[in-house]
Amino acid sequence: MPEVTIDWYIALSVILFTIGSLGVLLRRNAIIIFMSVEMMLNSANLAFVAFARYLGDLDGQVLVFFVITVAAAEVAVGLALIVAIFRTKKSINIDDMNLLKG
Amino acid sequence: MGNPIIFLLLAIVAIGSAIGMLTSHNAVHSALYLVLNFATIGVFYIVLNAPFIAMVQITVYAGAIMVLFLFVIMLLGAEQLRGVTDVHGGERFHRAVAGLLAAVLLLSSALLLFQSETPAATAPMLDTSPTALGLHLFSGYVFPFEVTGLLLLVSMIGVFIFGKTKKRGKDA
Repeated sequence: MPEVTIDWYIALSVILFTIGSLGVLLRRNAIIIFMSVEMMLNSANLAFVAFARYLGDLDGQVLVFFVITVAAAEVAVGLALIVAIFRTKKSINIDDMNLLKG
Repeated sequence: MGNPIIFLLLAIVAIGSAIGMLTSHNAVHSALYLVLNFATIGVFYIVLNAPFIAMVQITVYAGAIMVLFLFVIMLLGAEQLRGVTDVHGGERFHRAVAGLLAAVLLLSSALLLFQSETPAATAPMLDTSPTALGLHLFSGYVFPFEVTGLLLLVSMIGVFIFGKTKKRGKDA
């Protein structure tokens, strides 16, 4: 039976990151784009924790702690923005957010 | 770093829920798939000897952040958001480009992984109890910790301002 190495975790992290970036590129719903960004952050966290285990170093886990805090702040601000945009434009489809386009 | 069978099962659940989030048309279903994805990653954290991070993952991500997402989805009634605007002709082309970019990302990282020769031996198990993690945090990362507190304060004020200008605009 093969042994689980750091490579497996990095591969999983890359796959999740790719799916998240595809969500950002393909979907039109701003909330789902936000969720995809969260998933990308999470895949990076998974790589951090895997490396912390691999190198026997607590710094990776501390960094994950900071990333989770920043993600929580980002979600609060982002969702407030989405609600504000929805109140003025009655839509959160990103194709409708083209006022800066000229 | 864990049992291969458990790893594969969890990885299948994680990737499957991620693809479910990407493809489901109902935003509430996407959010629930994402909760499953976050919970699976929390189990990975436990396997990787990070129990405190796993608990934070479940409470903050799967709990607080996803409740916020679901609340906003249901507040806006944005469950079914199909093409409000016309689908422009370049849509298919854009999708092909996005798929191509994703394939390049996956292939290049797979190439890097196959080329690298990481030794399989891992470091010995660390003490990752909340006490040890807190000692590590407050002995080497005091300044980043303070900056994070400032960041949370600023984002809270920002959210207040976003909510407040709307009311003032309605009155005027």
